[in-house]
Order: sequence, then structure tokens, then C-alpha cells
Amino acid sequence: MAESIQLEVVTPAGAVVSESVDIVTAPGIGGEFGVLANHAPFLSTLKIGSLAYKQGGSETHLMVSGGFCEVSNNKITFLVEAAEKGDEIDVDRAMKAKERAEKRLLEAKSQKEKINMVRAEAAMQRALARIKVAQSK
Amino acid sequence: MPSLKEVKTKIDGVKKTSQITKAMNMVASAKLRGAQDKMEAFRPYTAKFNEAMGTMSGNMDASAFPLMEKREVKTVELVLVTSDRGLCGSFNANINVMAEKMMQKFEDEGKKVSIVCVGKKGNQYFQKTGKVRKAYTDIMGTFQMFNARAIAQDVAEQFLAGETDEVHLISASFKSVAVQKPIAENLLPVQPESSEGSESTEGEGGGVDYIYEPSPNEIMDVLLPLYMNVMVYHSMLEVGASEHAARMTAMDNATNACNDIVDELTTIYNKARQAAITGDLMDIVGGAEALKG
Repeated sequence: MAESIQLEVVTPAGAVVSESVDIVTAPGIGGEFGVLANHAPFLSTLKIGSLAYKQGGSETHLMVSGGFCEVSNNKITFLVEAAEKGDEIDVDRAMKAKERAEKRLLEAKSQKEKINMVRAEAAMQRALARIKVAQSK
Repeated sequence: MPSLKEVKTKIDGVKKTSQITKAMNMVASAKLRGAQDKMEAFRPYTAKFNEAMGTMSGNMDASAFPLMEKREVKTVELVLVTSDRGLCGSFNANINVMAEKMMQKFEDEGKKVSIVCVGKKGNQYFQKTGKVRKAYTDIMGTFQMFNARAIAQDVAEQFLAGETDEVHLISASFKSVAVQKPIAENLLPVQPESSEGSESTEGEGGGVDYIYEPSPNEIMDVLLPLYMNVMVYHSMLEVGASEHAARMTAMDNATNACNDIVDELTTIYNKARQAAITGDLMDIVGGAEALKG
């Protein structure tokens, strides 16, 4: 039995996950990274994407957006603005959101509105991450 | 002596009012529960966040970050968080008065003051002063993080552009259902609670050597705006809970006052009724006497 690490996912709306797990894979700003038990102290900001953790044989995926994570004392803490589990995600809605974002992105590009473009891009990433998480559950 | 009908109408009116205030009291207590739950849920996030901020700022040079830069203060911005609705006693008035005093103080020191109002009541109060730069109204009912983010971003942009040199957050602190106090906090430049943060990192033997990804400075660039979101969101939650608590108390008092008035009016009504009956009896007796004679 491998050693485990304590995983905490906290959002403004409360703690989403608090479990002891084997491995955590997270979307860091500099690329995806994995954390095992007894990892060195580590601090990273996060991209919108999918956070996965394994416990025993089962794997769980979460969609996370905007935040950072801290590893210390064999504990990994994610502070994110939103976290959704795969089975909580409405795929149809995410698909529609993706289409909407695509359309908006095109509009914004043609009118060269920077703010709208940034917004549409973020919406797009969220939708994509949701779809990915929902499909990999 | 008022007429019987007049008193009766008045009693009915007061009773209806008490029905309304009673209902409002119950609605407020239900909403208070919701707001308190949200506050509870948000607490772990703030706690963890402050912990991380403490760790970071212990190893950080504050002057490297524009959001932490201390400048000579010429213009001050007050972010005023109040409720959207009234009928909650002196709750909003307390916050507004505090803001006004601070404004007065800063102006006496020769500083320019602008106000950002979150919630309708503050805006109504300060509108005619012409100092309100921006007002966010009708967002207090639903506590949404993105509202807080929009406010924080706007305030930060003004600060970075040099339009404001100092930003204070005026809101309420929810002590208990019976006690809510207006409070003022510093928002910008960001001053992390260094006392706690830096000591704890020093205590752990020169601070834990974190691996930062990307660089500490880049992380701080992300953390600082987040810190502002957290501050603004937190005060919105506190004001929300305080508002409902204040309304509960106010409506409870109103209901009691209504009941007192109904009691008083009922006494008057009974007296008037008795007087009328006595009058009628005297007429009848007088009439009978006359017939006998």
C-alpha cells in the first residue's frame, strides 16, 4: 500500500473534497503536474482545466477554474473559484456554452474588442474543461 | 371621543401592518440562515487564503508589486458596502455615518475623496454629494463571486492608473444576530497581516523553502487581485448577513409596537362602545318615563 496524501479542494462556496488520496494530477499554469505523497513544499497557480485524483482503484475528475494550489506537510490544498465533479456537469449545457463562446470569439475578433475576446476565451476554456471532465468520468 | 367606526378602522389597519412586519421578520430570519450558511462555507477559503498570503508575503519584497505600493496619499477611495433594501433599523445609517465621518476626516486633511457604492442604500445617501464614482446596486441579494470580482477589478484599475492612492473598504461586521458593527478596512495598497504571516514562517526555521511555479513574483501577481476579491466578497457576505439580522430585530420591534397600539386602541374602542350603550339606555329609560307620565 503506497503512502497517501491529504487532498483538500476549497471554493468560496465551501469545501468540495477532503480526502486521503494516492496521487493528484492538476492543471498548473506551467503545464500539468502530478503530486504524490511526501512531495516537497510547492506553490503553483492554476489554469482552467481538469484536476484528477486516484484513490485505490478509482479515479475522480474535477473541473477547476481560477486559483492556486499549495503543497506542504503531506497535504495538498487547492483554492479555486469553482470546482465541479464530473457527474455534476451538464454536458449539453457545456456544449452549448462552447458554441456560444466560439461565436462570441469570432465576433470579438472581427471587431477587435480585447476585453470581450479575453472573456470569450475564458468561457471557452471553461466549457472545454467541463466537457473533458464529464467525458472522462 | 372618536367615533366607534373610526377606532375600528384604525385597529384593523394596525393589525394588517403587524401581519406584514411579522411576515418580514420570518422572511428575514429564513434569509439570515441562508446568508450565515454562505458565510460559514466561505470561512475555510479565507482561512487557507490568508495562510498562503502570509507564507508568500513573508518571503516577498512588497515594493515589487504595484498593488502594494505606498504612495503619498492625495486621493482616497471609499468602497461602501450597504444593503439594497431598507426597513432594517439603523443598520445602513450606521455604515453611512461612518463613511461620512471618514470622508470628512480625509477632506480636512486636504485629500480628495471618491466613493464606490455597493448596494442601493449607500448610493441613495451619497448621491447628492456628487462624489459617487460608481454604484453597484441590486447585487446584494445573490452573493456571486463574479460581482465581487468586477468591483475589485475596477477599484484595482483605478489604483494602478494612479487615480486613487488609497482605498478603504467600509462595511459591517456580523458579530451576532443582535450585534452588527460598521467597520473600515484597508483594501489598497495591500498590507498583508505580516505580524502573523512572517513570524510563522520565521518560526519554521527561516521559512519553508517552497518550490514556486511560476516565479514567486508571478504567483503574487495572481494572488493580489484574488486577495481583493476575497476581501470584497467577504464584506458583501457580512453585510448580507448583518442586514437580515438587523431587519429581524427591527421587524420584531415593529410587531411588538403594533400589538401595543392595538391594545391601546381596543381599550379606547371598548370605552366608546360602553359610552354609546349607556347613552342608548338613558334614551330608552327617558322615553319610557315620558310615556308613563
